Amino acid sequence: MDLIWEGIREALRLILSRDPEILGITLLSLEVSGAATALSLMVGIPLGMALALTRFPGHGLLMALINTGMGLPPVVAGLFVWISLRRSGPFGFLELLYTPTAMVIAQIIIAFPIVAGLTMAAFQTLNPKLKLQLLGIGASRPQFLWLLCKEAKLPLLAAIMAGFGGVISEVGASMMVGGNIRGETRVLTTATVLETGKGNFDTAVALGLILLGLNFAVNLILTHIQQREQIRWPKPS
Amino acid sequence: MAQALLTLAELLVRYGARPVLKIPSLEVLPGEVLAVIGPNGAGKSTLLRVMGLLEQPEKGKIYFQEQEVSRDNALVMRRRMATVFREPLLLHMTVYENAALGLTLRGLKRQSIEAKVKPWLERLGIDHLAKRPARSLSDGEAQRTSLARALTLDPELLLLDEPFSALDPPTREKLLLDLQTILRETGITTVFVTHDRNEAFMLGHRVAVLSGGELLQLGPAAELLSRPSSEIVAQFVGVETQVPGIVEAAASGRAMVRFDGGRAEVIGDYRAGESVLLCLRPEDISLSSPPEEHFQSNGQNHLTAKVAKITPWGSHYRIALECGASSFVALVARPSFLDLQLREGDCLIASFKVAATHIIRRG
Repeated sequence: MDLIWEGIREALRLILSRDPEILGITLLSLEVSGAATALSLMVGIPLGMALALTRFPGHGLLMALINTGMGLPPVVAGLFVWISLRRSGPFGFLELLYTPTAMVIAQIIIAFPIVAGLTMAAFQTLNPKLKLQLLGIGASRPQFLWLLCKEAKLPLLAAIMAGFGGVISEVGASMMVGGNIRGETRVLTTATVLETGKGNFDTAVALGLILLGLNFAVNLILTHIQQREQIRWPKPS
Repeated sequence: MAQALLTLAELLVRYGARPVLKIPSLEVLPGEVLAVIGPNGAGKSTLLRVMGLLEQPEKGKIYFQEQEVSRDNALVMRRRMATVFREPLLLHMTVYENAALGLTLRGLKRQSIEAKVKPWLERLGIDHLAKRPARSLSDGEAQRTSLARALTLDPELLLLDEPFSALDPPTREKLLLDLQTILRETGITTVFVTHDRNEAFMLGHRVAVLSGGELLQLGPAAELLSRPSSEIVAQFVGVETQVPGIVEAAASGRAMVRFDGGRAEVIGDYRAGESVLLCLRPEDISLSSPPEEHFQSNGQNHLTAKVAKITPWGSHYRIALECGASSFVALVARPSFLDLQLREGDCLIASFKVAATHIIRRG
């Protein structure tokens, strides 16, 4: 328990003193996971929509792959990216290993199946007749897709939260492809592991709490957007 | 004859190898309410989706005001129509936003939208709900919002797919009466699909009977009610008495039909020996206590019949009668039923006008 209190005190000290290293680590965590989430949304939402709204050869197989990918261990994603980006790997010439870009690539592989899978589920819960109704009052195809996205806003925001939560908190992939290089690829999770290994438990707890706070702040904003138009259920009489 | 607003020609819709709709020709005339009735699986909703350009037929052509509908102009044409389905299918928005949705999709300015939406919300009695989330509405309120969403578009063609079938009877009746008034006052050309013949005859100027994907009969409501062209149509428009018989004698536009249990005079040019089906609507048969001697007189047919079954039927009683091996069905208003003091097994006189009979030729 003392360790937690010490961690909280250390976290407050680090935040209040605007420790440049901690600030850098925090910002890099946000940048890498934010970029990975944003890119995952760009790939995952259209893919999830396509899987929910259309049928094509290999549809079932792709759905199964996406669903499997939702539970992909980050360390496995990191391993594949590491193999691809290492000097003798197929994309070694890009010289991306141990850079934030490599971390973003690994995190996209982790987040996009989560986003696609939850998007697919979100659109599958919509009434299929909604398509006819929207077209029946004159919606064009892009308008129809946009309205469906608005209609599925609640589960879609949950998909964004799950995607972001999945990558901001992962350590295996970032460690493997980022290398936890001080000032370059060190993020909150890898720094926490490092500090724990060094026996600096108060700093590790502080980093963990900052990570938690960051995750909480992002989810608070998304939850607010998600819930502001919710109707209140009447109290039972 | 007025130029058709919508024309379907040589239409074929198939799901797999199974044809679900096969319509050689169908026209929707401007200003009319065309009611489409038929049993479940008749192809009514498919027909409506094709008319609303929401489903592409395998074969056939669709003309909207004589202009052929193609993939290129489908959106423009669809925006001249509006469809209302059985489920209100409202979005997670307020009632006002839902009602305004079609106009928003057409890119109208806020003031123009308001000017069009508000009167319809008032007309449909839901203006006080404008700011309410659509998901908090009752079924009736939701369907009114759905109707408002279609009517605000001022559509040239309104397509209604069983819009009242999910509502409870009092809500349905009230909404049906309101819609009848609206359609009468606005003169919007409407295609109204329903499996409820009472709704169809209440709203429709013309009624089409669809079965197995084919158009069995199309005509003015009164004609369908009194002159169904086939046994299936007769059954579906509520001609419950269908008695097989033989034309015994015929002369001067009148004929005597013999059936198991009696004879009835009918109007029409038939040949003696012809096999026919004598059709009667239940409300055209009146019942009285025996004795009654003047059979086949004063343009009336009278038969002695036995009450087989009495069933309460809303404000009426449905009386199943046996006359020999033939079955008749009469509908009697509650006061008359109480006067007659009918019980199952009673013998009585069933009377119907010669002009009320309808004959379908068999074979």
